[in-house]
Amino acid sequence: MRPTRTASSVRIVNALVGMLLPVSILILWQLASSRGWVNAVLVPPPKDVATEFGDMLASGELLSHLGVSARRALLGFLIGGGLGLAAGLWVGFSLRTERLLDPSLQLLRTLPHLAVAPLFILWFGFGETSKILLIAKGAFFPLYVNTFLGVRSVDNPLFEVARVLQFTRWQTIRKLILPSALPSIFLGVRLSIAVSWLGLVVAELMGSSSGIGYLIDDARSFSLTSVIFVGIIVFAAVGKLTDTLVKLGEAKLLGWRDTVRGEG
Amino acid sequence: MLEIESLNKTFAAPSGPVVALRDIRLTVGRGEFVTFIGPSGCGKSTLLKIVAGLDTVYEGSVKLNGERIGGPGIDKGVIFQEPRLFPWLTVEKNVAANLSLRNPEVRKRVGELLELVRLQGFEKAYPRELSGGMAQRVAIARALLRNPDILLLDEPFGALDAFTRSHMQEVLLDIWQRSKTTMLFVTHDLDEAVFLGQRVVVMNPRPGHIRSVLDIDLPYPRSRTGASFQELRALVLGEFEKVEKGPAVDVGAGI
Repeated sequence: MRPTRTASSVRIVNALVGMLLPVSILILWQLASSRGWVNAVLVPPPKDVATEFGDMLASGELLSHLGVSARRALLGFLIGGGLGLAAGLWVGFSLRTERLLDPSLQLLRTLPHLAVAPLFILWFGFGETSKILLIAKGAFFPLYVNTFLGVRSVDNPLFEVARVLQFTRWQTIRKLILPSALPSIFLGVRLSIAVSWLGLVVAELMGSSSGIGYLIDDARSFSLTSVIFVGIIVFAAVGKLTDTLVKLGEAKLLGWRDTVRGEG
Repeated sequence: MLEIESLNKTFAAPSGPVVALRDIRLTVGRGEFVTFIGPSGCGKSTLLKIVAGLDTVYEGSVKLNGERIGGPGIDKGVIFQEPRLFPWLTVEKNVAANLSLRNPEVRKRVGELLELVRLQGFEKAYPRELSGGMAQRVAIARALLRNPDILLLDEPFGALDAFTRSHMQEVLLDIWQRSKTTMLFVTHDLDEAVFLGQRVVVMNPRPGHIRSVLDIDLPYPRSRTGASFQELRALVLGEFEKVEKGPAVDVGAGI
């Protein structure tokens, strides 16, 4: 037995270990900039990025762009992810639906964002619709594929138990299939959110007048590298934050799992 | 009462049909404890599946309380070799399964059954926190909650260590004596068959057939070391050894 440590102190140590790498990179970066090892226009020192960040935050510019982006990503995720979940359940439950839908969906899945974006813009214009649909297209597939797999991977012996205990069809779905598919569905949610952010950047870089992607594209044309860095940092921070939120939900709902943790 | 008459079961295999059970005849009275023993391939698990209603393709007649068994049902409780609990549910919710614990009657019965299988205090535990024997006891409580007429146990203690196994046998006898449920218990362990059953059914393999049915006329609780136990054990062993040597004469006629 290792000496017992309280859960909170373990968490603090883990957080500190996780911060080790970013903090050292930050120190190295600041050092490289102040010593003049790198071009300050291409790689602005962290201090400048932080100042820029503070200014943009104070003027409300950053939050308004973030708000626009978050709304697009959320709507796209809800539409695409929701449909993906529904389709995954439907195809998962029925072999007939699988034969009908799955081949076509698998074909669409391989289409890259950049290939269909021009078409979406032609069809739906430069407005919100084309952007949200592009994000939805990306968010659909991870949830579809993982929900489908989750539904199909239910343990056969447990089905036998459900038969012996005379579960109704609805009870079999709610008490057996959904709980066993939940870990897969959560993985799908996390992947869908990540893809939503990816789709967002593509949509906003392709042409828009607001959002974090626009901020980055606009800064590029004026060579405002510090603004680009601020945009990237915001993307990273929000991405990490949403992932953490989903993980928290996962830990709450999937606490029954005997998760394997790495040693040391 | 369970009545099995001229039951035949054939499996379709790539190499042709395989006779799994041939001409099984057996009557088990209400509240009786019958154990089935035989080498692997003798069809004892197949027989149990048919009685459970999990396998409905067979010839002959299998009736529970006068009615032909047409499918699974809560009147026929099944305990598998593995506990088969729902890993995302706590012990009490596993026992309740598709019944609601919010129903006060269900809650009361679940409490009583967990006491019967000696698992008080583990109501909120998850299956991963239980030992094999404890998990199997949850499965037994889950089956008993439905007040089955008959409990079908397919090598339920096969995966347990010797100490836990003999403890579980005593727990099961205790449950049986209190609940008066008819028990059909499949095992490949001779001692287990003799220790538990009022009758031991010895089965032949290929095709599965009942070789003999032996009465174990010993009062409970039984002592595994007693002289009469050893005597009956030797008797069953004798039958069992004849099985191992090949098809018995009495089934040879049809081959």
